[in-house]
Amino acid sequence: MKYSEKLMELYSNPKNVGSLDEKDENVGTSVVGAPSCGDVIKLQIKVDDEGKIADAKFKTFGCGAAIASSALITDWVQGKTLDEAKKIKNQDVAEYLSLPPVKAHCSVLAEEAIEKAIENYLSKKGEEICKK
Amino acid sequence: MNIYMDYQATTPCDKRVVDEMLPYFSERFGNPHSGHAMGFEANEAVDGARKKVADLINANDPREIIFTSGATESNNLAIRGAVYYYKSDRKKIITSTIEHKCVLETCRSLQSEGYQVVFAPVLGNGIVDMDFLKKEIDDNTILVSIMSVNNEIGTIQPIKEISKLCREHGVLFHTDAAQAVGKIEVDASDVDLMSISGHKIYGPKGVGALYVRIKPRIRLTPLFLGGGQERGVRSGTLPVPLCVGLGKACEIAKNEMIQESKRLTEMKNYFIDKILSSLEKVYLNGDREKRIPGCMNFSFEGVEGESIMLGMPDVCISSGSACTSASLEPSYVLKALSIREDLAHCSLRIGIGRFTTFDEVERVSDKIIETVTRLRSMSPLW
Repeated sequence: MKYSEKLMELYSNPKNVGSLDEKDENVGTSVVGAPSCGDVIKLQIKVDDEGKIADAKFKTFGCGAAIASSALITDWVQGKTLDEAKKIKNQDVAEYLSLPPVKAHCSVLAEEAIEKAIENYLSKKGEEICKK
Repeated sequence: MNIYMDYQATTPCDKRVVDEMLPYFSERFGNPHSGHAMGFEANEAVDGARKKVADLINANDPREIIFTSGATESNNLAIRGAVYYYKSDRKKIITSTIEHKCVLETCRSLQSEGYQVVFAPVLGNGIVDMDFLKKEIDDNTILVSIMSVNNEIGTIQPIKEISKLCREHGVLFHTDAAQAVGKIEVDASDVDLMSISGHKIYGPKGVGALYVRIKPRIRLTPLFLGGGQERGVRSGTLPVPLCVGLGKACEIAKNEMIQESKRLTEMKNYFIDKILSSLEKVYLNGDREKRIPGCMNFSFEGVEGESIMLGMPDVCISSGSACTSASLEPSYVLKALSIREDLAHCSLRIGIGRFTTFDEVERVSDKIIETVTRLRSMSPLW
């Protein structure tokens, strides 16, 4: 498949590859997709005291579009509040990367990964409040 | 500079083939079916080519070679043509799950017309299940169509054994030999119908052939009607330059096959050993021994196939992953081998051929090792 230059750059030199400490109470983790479908994104965010995303990391099994979508979305959420991060939509990712229609699901998966990571973070925080 | 390692997709036209073809475009442009000097000249060229195709596949009579537009047409004509002609007696068609799309789609289309179609499974090594065939081939079967060599994994099917089963029950046997002819010995005496492609054997695109046995004579209902060329089976003016090109390609293949096969086998073995010893959890898809010299198919655990291709944009190879095709389904051939579903997404097909150099083998294998290692470091499954 012929991809856009922006996508190729993100695939070739992706920022934010890696992992954060899953046990850290300020870290939210998500794993979306399935190996049998050919796409798995593991995405993590670390939230600071002001409620902003201080760091975001990913690891992705999938095609170039899936890798670039993960790299892009982990870049976009840096420094954003959780509400702001939730506003990033898959269409924004697809548009920025000029994803062909058949690859739209890669951007959907990236959006889902952010949502689930935020959910995971919030549920951890919720449990913490309950404990208190 | 691109490195081409996709010889199962297509091959470059051999320069010797091109040279042979050129005069037939403008100087010797006659219609081979015309009754004058220029027609005779063209007809002679076509018949010479027919003889060369026949020689390569060990056919007794050049008239058994019908020129077509390619293997897709040959497969359509062989299967539909035979089934329509012989339909009054028998109702069952047997093929395999790993055939080329044009065979599968033709069979499915016949299925929707009411014929019984049986898709024989393959074993984990990509060889058709002979026990299954033994049970299924019976006196109600019109036709068995099993490919000689698979286009994705390169496995060689037991054509002689299948032939024996078919003969025992008086069943017609067709083989799609597009990936086999010119690569390994094929013998027309094993089959009744055999499909051949030009561009898979360093000939031009847009031409192929169908071997149709004369003794005993196999009849086909034609797919299209017209001037009754090609013994009434395939109407239409023959593309003389393309026929000449296919003939030349067959002649070269016949002369050089043994030598070429030896060279490719050495390169293939080196490639496979290097990949398997340099990377963990890599699987060679399809039988290691029963395969043509030029075709390799690997699954690299934890890394999606298209992402590997993307990492080496100057290397022309193909992937069985869903992401390289318009559909979201990974290769049906790999699925048929019952390999783990994720591994079907992790596959690459590497095809080497006549113009591949050892230096290219070294460079491409290095690139694959490097790219897979990099992508595994960013894979959540690794």
